[in-house]
Amino acid sequence: MESKQTPLGYVSFSVFAWIVGLLIFFPIFWMVLTSFKSELEAVSIPPSFISFDWTLENYAEVQERSNYFKFAMNSVILAVGSTLVGLVFAVTCAWAMAFNPTKRTKDALLWMLSTKMMPPVGVLVPIYLMFRDWGLLDTRFGLIMVLFLMNLPIMVWMLYTYFKEIPTDILEAARMDGATLPKEIIFVLLPMAVPGIASTMLLNIILAWNEAFWTLNLTTSDAAPLTAFIASYSSPEGLFWAKLSAASTLAVAPILVIGWFSQKQLVRGLTFGAVK
Amino acid sequence: MSTRASTLTGRIMSAPSIIVLFLWMAVPLGMTIYFSFLRYNLLSPGMEEWIGTLNYEFFLTDPAFFASLANTLLLVGSVLVITVVGGILLGLMLDQPIFGRGILRLLVIAPFFIMPTVNALVWKNLLMDPVSGMFAWIASLFGLPAIDWFTNAPLTSIIIMVSWQWLPFAVLILLTALQSLDRDQKEAAQMDGAGPVSIFFYITLPHLSRAITVVVLIETIFLLTVFAEIFVTTGGGPGLATTNIAFLVYTQALLQFDVGGASAGGIVAVILANIVAIFLIRLIGKNLDK
Repeated sequence: MESKQTPLGYVSFSVFAWIVGLLIFFPIFWMVLTSFKSELEAVSIPPSFISFDWTLENYAEVQERSNYFKFAMNSVILAVGSTLVGLVFAVTCAWAMAFNPTKRTKDALLWMLSTKMMPPVGVLVPIYLMFRDWGLLDTRFGLIMVLFLMNLPIMVWMLYTYFKEIPTDILEAARMDGATLPKEIIFVLLPMAVPGIASTMLLNIILAWNEAFWTLNLTTSDAAPLTAFIASYSSPEGLFWAKLSAASTLAVAPILVIGWFSQKQLVRGLTFGAVK
Repeated sequence: MSTRASTLTGRIMSAPSIIVLFLWMAVPLGMTIYFSFLRYNLLSPGMEEWIGTLNYEFFLTDPAFFASLANTLLLVGSVLVITVVGGILLGLMLDQPIFGRGILRLLVIAPFFIMPTVNALVWKNLLMDPVSGMFAWIASLFGLPAIDWFTNAPLTSIIIMVSWQWLPFAVLILLTALQSLDRDQKEAAQMDGAGPVSIFFYITLPHLSRAITVVVLIETIFLLTVFAEIFVTTGGGPGLATTNIAFLVYTQALLQFDVGGASAGGIVAVILANIVAIFLIRLIGKNLDK
């Protein structure tokens, strides 16, 4: 259809598309803008778009009042920790499945996928009780384990689809030259697998960062990440919109950047290789 | 290529992941099933006793169950329709030549990366608030009364928020599928005099069918367990208006401490999810054979 398009058609369609896109993005834009307003201006009607006193006060106050960085630190530790633990397990597992498949590999992969279909409420009660009895409630260690296990099937699948694309001839050539298994992995496979591993890491960090079922149910304060911190704004006192916006902006900004960088790989990871 | 030794290595290397996943799923699930046959309340410890299927009878005849089942189906169904139709339209739009298309695409997919609690509170306060929200102001521009979204249309409000979050997912996947569409086929159809509408229905839509199926199945899995959006905005209310099955189980377990009843509810949720999961796993399994 590109051939038929007139310059006028191109311009008017672009304008239309940008209006649609900006409408979809508007809630995020509005949140960021509100975070720079004073609390009074944040609730004023008609709302002010540019002509208000820009202030950074909310950002300072969010930290002062509620120790924002503690929660942010927890988010980082949970997301990165669960991702690193997950990588150790998932890389070895996916490597074995891609290069040394057995008759049951396919069944194992599908079974792993099926564990992802389990609604978390189905195991909420026993996990909660076990965590309570073992003293894991509200600990970072406990949550890292939960997030790691929750995302392990996705990591294995994503890595598997990447590893599958690596030509096995090269591996055999390396074997012929007398490369041992560890050498084969470190010098031949890993360099080719780095892009796949990197995007698996990014996707996993996004999923762990935004996870809001287990983090809300298994934490109270010590290990609570940003999801729980933001949730604490649901029962507010007084004017709080600007502060809520500032806290929210800080909470989503890093993941938005990572997400934008990894949007292409995301499709593969979230569809278990069914759409590439 | 796999010798006996390499097969063994393969087994050893994949074993840890399979074992930890098995423990993570099987042990708690077994416990949930066991609890679901007990009278077990955290407020009266030591009083556990076997009561057979009584928990299921209570749960499945509880009016709250039907209300939450209806809410779950309504939420999942509405969000699916909105995101799939919107996803196809936006996918087609972003597949056209547009000034600054790359940046525009980033803006459209951004909502997917917003954490659910932020999504819910920004919509509830900044946009949908009946006094100072953006929507109330827009309504006043047209001389209309402001809608008190979370009082008068609570489930609709949840549906809007969740749809906004999942629309980019559908767009991303459908756009990826659209870009793999063979341009020659479209051009040949144009030569034969096919209009844009018949090209869409006879070429584009069939090409998208698999991607649409994937979107529907994967979204369903996640949408059946929507929790945070309800937790921070309505708390399941007013009444039971926004309680879905996931939230109902949560209230029974962690607010009423009825472990037995909550476990029965959890098993019902697992069965519901599995009905969808069977189709998804089959579809993806077929794809593996290629």
